[in-house]
Amino acid sequence: MEKEIYRRPAAGTHPANLSEAYKSTPGRAPRRPAVALPHTLSEITGPLLAEERLDALENDLTRQRMGPPLGERILVHGRVLDEDGKPVPKALVEIWQCNAAGRYHHPGDQHDAPLDPNFYGGGRARADEEGRYHFITIKPGAYPWKNHYNAWRPAHIHFSLFGPSFATRLITQMYFPNDPLLPFDPIYNSVPDGARHRLQAAFDLDSTRPEWALAYRFDIVLRGRNATPME
Amino acid sequence: MSKGLTPSQTIGPFYVGTLVKAYRQDLAPPNVAGEHVEIVLSLHDADGMVVPDGVFEIWQANSHGRYNHPDDRRNLPLDPGFEGFGRASTWLDGSSQFSTIKPGRVPWPQGGLQAPHINVSIFARGLLNRVATRLYFEGDPANAEDPVLKMIEPARRSTLLAQRDANGTWRLPIHLGGPQETVFFDC
Repeated sequence: MEKEIYRRPAAGTHPANLSEAYKSTPGRAPRRPAVALPHTLSEITGPLLAEERLDALENDLTRQRMGPPLGERILVHGRVLDEDGKPVPKALVEIWQCNAAGRYHHPGDQHDAPLDPNFYGGGRARADEEGRYHFITIKPGAYPWKNHYNAWRPAHIHFSLFGPSFATRLITQMYFPNDPLLPFDPIYNSVPDGARHRLQAAFDLDSTRPEWALAYRFDIVLRGRNATPME
Repeated sequence: MSKGLTPSQTIGPFYVGTLVKAYRQDLAPPNVAGEHVEIVLSLHDADGMVVPDGVFEIWQANSHGRYNHPDDRRNLPLDPGFEGFGRASTWLDGSSQFSTIKPGRVPWPQGGLQAPHINVSIFARGLLNRVATRLYFEGDPANAEDPVLKMIEPARRSTLLAQRDANGTWRLPIHLGGPQETVFFDC
């Protein structure tokens, strides 16, 4: 048997598909075990979206409309790495989030909080050769979500990454450090105990721009390759 | 230096902006070589209800069986204008449509070829992880010797086989649970 190209995620990394406290999972989580595929060209290739052209302001969610959005301006930056700490160069990073009041620019969001005409909430960035990306945005609000009595989502930013292959595809959420809502959130707590903290950004005083915006650092780690490359 | 993998979280119901921006449902302009096909995927939950807030992504080789990716180093033609990636959210009826070409066959690491297939990722509220499956084309003679289909118990193989309807559109319902649960793969 040929060696697998990408390492399988260690146990205790990802949430179980069925996480009962998150009430949308029982009707949607597959119950049968996934069939492990050997890594063929179908798994080790994937969309790099290298031709996707980004507009200059796509990574600045505060300058996509007529005026500046309401809320606390923040910088969110970090690196896209693999498990060996190697950068994933030129990675496309997609984010989306609600506004400072906790409302998404989405017709399905009926939370009684104001929309901000100056905030759409979507952004994209292309990482550099060292895997570094950065966004300028506003801090998203918390919002209620009816999963259980008095359920509130902690402030979060959704992240979407492709990495180098179909096997490395990842969608996740970034949280803010020590948010008091984290202990009560079934989605955050669906992640096994030892890995959960990886979803909290770090407050980054060194990257803060004085008189302008606080900064948070969020490194994203995608699956690494096994030592022997396929040739 | 070993770093801990970033855990997965649900896409949630309110993906906006960026993901919409990169929607691609027409993968193959008319000049792209190969058999042009229309594909309709539909998403169903364990109770058989449609999932109107999901996202499908597809990834495939071109008609020559070549992936547009640096790790596919075989000397086979790439088609200008064909990347092989598609993305769409589901409609209220749980379906998404893609216009593409039928992919060629790609090799199996231990020798031989795989049957034509399209790799499918599924995201939705309630799915904490991406789930992945494959679409095969019912009636393709190569299916009988496909090593992945052979790994699946015969009674469940049909969950991977798109059927051609009277209009020539290939349709594959994907069931996240229930008696018809689709075969999903750990990639």
